[in-house]
Amino acid sequence: MLEMSGRTHRDGDLAIEAVDLRRRFGETLAADGISLKVPRGSVFGLLGPNGAGKTTTVRMLTTLLRPDSGTARVAGYDIVRDAVEVRRRIGLVGQYAAVDEILSGYQNLFLIGRLYGMNGSQAKKRANELLERFDLLEPGKKAVKTYSGGMRRRLDLAASLVVSPPILFLDEPTTGLDPNGRAATWDIISTMTKGGTTVMLTTQYLEEADQFAEQIAVIDHGKVVAEGTPAQLKARLGKSTLVVHLDDNMTEAKARSAVDRYAAAPPALRQNELVVQLNDLGQTAEIITALAQAGANLDQIHIAKASMDDVFFELTGKNRAQEGLAA
Amino acid sequence: MSSVTATSGESTFIPSRASGLGKTLDEIRVFVWRNLSHIPRMPERLADVTVMPIMFVLLFGYVFGSAIAMPGQVVTADSAAFYRSYLIGGIFVQSVVFMSITTAVGVVSDMKEGVIDRFRSLPISRVSVLGGRAIASLFEGGLGITVMALCGLLVGWGARAGFGNAVAGFALLAGIALAMICLGIYVGQLVKNPMTAQAIGFTAIFPLTFASNAFVPTDNMPVWLRTFAEWNPVSAMVQAVRELFGNVPAVDPMAAGLIPARDLPWPLENPVLATLIWIVVLGTIGMTLAVRKYSQGKDR
Ligand SMILES: Nc1ncnc2c1ncn2[C@@H]1O[C@H](COP(=O)(O)OP(=O)(O)OP(=O)(O)O)[C@@H](O)[C@H]1O
Ligand SMILES: [Mg+2]
Repeated sequence: MLEMSGRTHRDGDLAIEAVDLRRRFGETLAADGISLKVPRGSVFGLLGPNGAGKTTTVRMLTTLLRPDSGTARVAGYDIVRDAVEVRRRIGLVGQYAAVDEILSGYQNLFLIGRLYGMNGSQAKKRANELLERFDLLEPGKKAVKTYSGGMRRRLDLAASLVVSPPILFLDEPTTGLDPNGRAATWDIISTMTKGGTTVMLTTQYLEEADQFAEQIAVIDHGKVVAEGTPAQLKARLGKSTLVVHLDDNMTEAKARSAVDRYAAAPPALRQNELVVQLNDLGQTAEIITALAQAGANLDQIHIAKASMDDVFFELTGKNRAQEGLAA
Repeated sequence: MSSVTATSGESTFIPSRASGLGKTLDEIRVFVWRNLSHIPRMPERLADVTVMPIMFVLLFGYVFGSAIAMPGQVVTADSAAFYRSYLIGGIFVQSVVFMSITTAVGVVSDMKEGVIDRFRSLPISRVSVLGGRAIASLFEGGLGITVMALCGLLVGWGARAGFGNAVAGFALLAGIALAMICLGIYVGQLVKNPMTAQAIGFTAIFPLTFASNAFVPTDNMPVWLRTFAEWNPVSAMVQAVRELFGNVPAVDPMAAGLIPARDLPWPLENPVLATLIWIVVLGTIGMTLAVRKYSQGKDR
């Protein structure tokens, strides 16, 4: 595979390939060695809390920001050396709407069409098609500064689809949309992916990544902390947990002494619950038996299955804790 | 090759591979269109280039003009009429120099808008956005100069050195405008806030235009100020414009022995050439810095 990508990168089956991208802003390492591989035609989710470095990564991949070090190829072209070739093949919906506030919605779309090299009548036709598709025909003649947040977001999305780019970057595309707007956005994006478009999206909504992304990278503090399909991540990281409700009868000390011997990791106290990570079923049976012998009621014990939330908080929360220890 | 094909009822467009001068010029045209399309929605932007110079012509022309005479002359109705002609050249240059501020303010607002990110992510030449802004500003400046020239004609100004010189005078103003616009585009990218751009502009440009021959002759200024004023590029520009429009005193006060003779600095002896040099120097510096700053991106 390596030899092949070196020889004919343009025909490789990776739409995006980033190797060790780094970018610093003053003291902040916004991207601290990001490496990603996004297969052509797939939907890739970049998941992370505020300030994780999602936008920084997207801005580097879309040629808006130069990496301090590291390389990346988008559509087979180097993001620094062949920036113009990259730009011919991408669409970007940034975290903040990138539209001209003073122009009307129609004028915005017309402008983008002309800049892509369409002539006047092609650009006009395309602008009207998009206004119709995004339900903006009526406000299309008004200045964008009079638009609501959702209308602006839709126009922004439309502006990214003036030409159908093979690779689409979406930085938190549904932030600030109502459920209707969110559903409509996802509709449009899934139409695009059915047509073969590669999509990289960032999100803080776990369900969104879980539901739409085939491949997810969780990033935190500028580093990829986990990568895989949603199922793989859940299987690998989101271990099921056993929760013991504590009361006067079943005290923390009692519960701990019953569980300690079997638990894979030290059980954690959460309010009046003791949370035990489970590794396998056999172990689970032993823990339940030990707890029963210590006097626990059955309705004091329950087992919770891993969700994407658990994965997310386990990854990013753990990181923070380690940092706290190091400090 | 670009092409338009129909898929599922919608047109799909594959952006062209073409690059080069033709494409860049087309992009610049689109950006000029964009900037000019802003004007109907924010007409107040034009006030800077029209209303302000008219105020200056009227205030200076009639308020100060009634008390200002050329060195060695006494104040009369004639001297007041001449002063108004004399003043117009100064105000032409002043308003053209102020275009650096209006351009900078426009660029700051541009850069603050997220739309710049979209332009940066499009397959277009790096200079198109800036070129479009420069030419649109030039249009605005041209409008300002036209309004001022008309206003000048009403108060007795005229181009009195022939048609060719008058054309050269306006061309020179356009050149100065372009150099100032380039500087404005650079400064506009340095600051984050339109008010800052305005403050920097006014702090730099008010002293430059006032400590010059734009409003009064330099001859009677204190020596330190006179030295500064006569080397000030604004003075060479004003002098060049006055000569090309034929708005210099009929009698040279120094030659006539009305004021002590002295050597004028080179830029005032050769004002047109000096102005051309200033245009090239300031324009090149401004353009180079502006393009470099833009290609570095706003996060640098
Ligand atoms: N232009 C900048 N100047 C200084 N610091 C920056 C800049 N851009 C990003 N940062 C810093 O880099 C870090 C990563 O920011 P980034 O915007 O990439 O995060 P994010 O994952 O997109 O967060 P969010 O979910 O809030 O959008 C943050 O600590 C941020 O403060
Ligand atoms: Mg972000």
